Amino acid sequence: MASALLEVKHLRVEFPTRRGTLVAVDDISFHIEPGEVLGVVGESGAGKSLTGMAVIGLLEPPGRIGAGEILLEGQRIDTLSGEALRRLRGRRIGAIFQDPLTSLNPLYTIGHQIVETILAHLPVSRIKARERAVALLSEVGIPGAERRLDHYPHQFSGGMRQRVVIALALCAEPRLIIADEPTTALDVSTQAQIIALLKRVAREHGAAIMLITHDMGVIAETAQRVAVMYAGRLVEIGPVRSIIHAPQHPYTAGLMRSIPRVGSTGIRLAQIDGTMPRLDAIPAGCAFHPRCPRRFERCDRERPELLTAGDRRAACWLYADDNQ
Amino acid sequence: MTISDTARPLVAVHGVGRDFDVSKSWLNRVIERTPRQLLKAVDDVTFEIMRGETLGLVGESGCGKSTVARLIVGLYPPSRGRIEFDGNPQTADAGAWSADVRRRMQMIFQDPYASLNPRWRVAEIVAEPMRAQESASSRQDQLARVAQLLTQVGLSPADARKYPHEFSGGQRQRISIARALSSSPEFLVCDEPTSALDVSVQAQILNLMKDLQERLGLTYLFISHNLAVMSQMATRVGVMYLGRIVELVESAELFARPQHPYTRMLLDAIPDLEMSGRPRTPVAGEVANPVEPPAGCAFHPRCPHANERCRIERPELNQWRGLTRVACHAVEEGRIGNAQHPS
Repeated sequence: MASALLEVKHLRVEFPTRRGTLVAVDDISFHIEPGEVLGVVGESGAGKSLTGMAVIGLLEPPGRIGAGEILLEGQRIDTLSGEALRRLRGRRIGAIFQDPLTSLNPLYTIGHQIVETILAHLPVSRIKARERAVALLSEVGIPGAERRLDHYPHQFSGGMRQRVVIALALCAEPRLIIADEPTTALDVSTQAQIIALLKRVAREHGAAIMLITHDMGVIAETAQRVAVMYAGRLVEIGPVRSIIHAPQHPYTAGLMRSIPRVGSTGIRLAQIDGTMPRLDAIPAGCAFHPRCPRRFERCDRERPELLTAGDRRAACWLYADDNQ
Repeated sequence: MTISDTARPLVAVHGVGRDFDVSKSWLNRVIERTPRQLLKAVDDVTFEIMRGETLGLVGESGCGKSTVARLIVGLYPPSRGRIEFDGNPQTADAGAWSADVRRRMQMIFQDPYASLNPRWRVAEIVAEPMRAQESASSRQDQLARVAQLLTQVGLSPADARKYPHEFSGGQRQRISIARALSSSPEFLVCDEPTSALDVSVQAQILNLMKDLQERLGLTYLFISHNLAVMSQMATRVGVMYLGRIVELVESAELFARPQHPYTRMLLDAIPDLEMSGRPRTPVAGEVANPVEPPAGCAFHPRCPHANERCRIERPELNQWRGLTRVACHAVEEGRIGNAQHPS
């Protein structure tokens, strides 16, 4: 796996509390290749955003990386701090968050924000930086880029603001972009435009994108591979097409069936009964076993590792070779 | 229920409009010499909701669908037009309902974190509509009813003693539903009831709402921006754009043969979960500023079929082939082919 741009090995994110340590991300390993979009899905609280935050070094204390390694182009980044970490963010990793209003400073023009970001990361003159800002804004599809540079965030619509945030993330040509729910706050028609833009960025810049969302439709349109998380664990990872059409893990299968589809009028949705466990009450064995329709006695005793199941891997004892 | 009861719509909305004053402050208006500005959040909206059906309203943010919901329950008075509930008009003072009518309708809101009082126990939250009624029952009866309601929405009677923070988003939405049902309403206005929820939880809530509708004979006005959810829930759907209904039709028909170019664009923009590789028309442009909506058809700047007439004359919501009602010159003139949507 020498070609991997991002490699996460046995990552564990934990929150120490008075009543013991809560493990929010538990032993997660995956990689992303250059130019690839990896989708990360799961319910709120499954640990998908925390995984992204751990990669970019933005975990809020008391949250911390308890174990594991994160490598960007072969170099450990989870041990960086201070100036080195600041240079990494923005320069080599860009971030796009859900709410474009909170990612932009309302008191500065977007031109100012983009130019400052470019100057912070690249050795260019202010004039060159401004030229690059105009080029970036046109690239993300903002009409009249030259004029729009002098506008403030509130003068942009939601979709346009998200384009500005994407332009900001692209300032220093980062190798990896963490996009956390980039389309969730947007309307469907705007969402389609932002998805197309993200795909083009991955293709043309060769950047790897970690696309975190709860919307399977967005992942189907954008990602090549998808990782499914449940209760802080990775339960299935593989090519997006096979996971959508033939999910192996019972949780993924339930999740796929519960998505309403256009034209399914009157048909009752399949539902997974119960709720995802809280962090302080994760069941022994497989975390999904109390809700799983296919559980057997091994499931509540032993925790399954990611096992090969066809062209993807699933953390489910159904796919154990021996099935002792 | 007599025959006239079933033939009469439960809710009738006639030419309703609602303006909001978005003017700058008086001083700014004087200094900058700018006039008052009105935003027509809803304009000339007419529809009926029949007993037992689910009428869906779908559209992008700012299209006025939530304003319609608030007008119907009487949270805002309409600026124009009138609304009737089971033949009863709203009272003269600013669109309120008489207490008798008010009891027969309830609302479920989008955000289950904001719509429940964090300082109240679940029992008090659920019993509040009962207490608000004049014929208040005894505390004992209320608690028995709360227990029954909680069971009905899939919670445990013991949950009545807990506070909202002890529940997940989906469970909170169940509490909202129990509260809405506690005055035994006939009509529920549901404003994006599942858009704050995860998809697996959403499936539970949508199924619960369908079960309750069947069991209690409820009528729903269901508001959502999600077309797939709409297709799941609604019997008829109204598509809104910039404060107006542009298409109103049976749900199955809408998703099989969308007519209005905006409806077609919305359906085209849904991410393709089946990965069928169907060709997608790229979506162009954004919703116009509602303070200065385009002349003629409000959708014309984004419409691939717009011509001179569309830029000048506003299309009315007319009957078009059977039960479909559509507000589009191009459809009426037959300028757009009757393309089938591949779903």
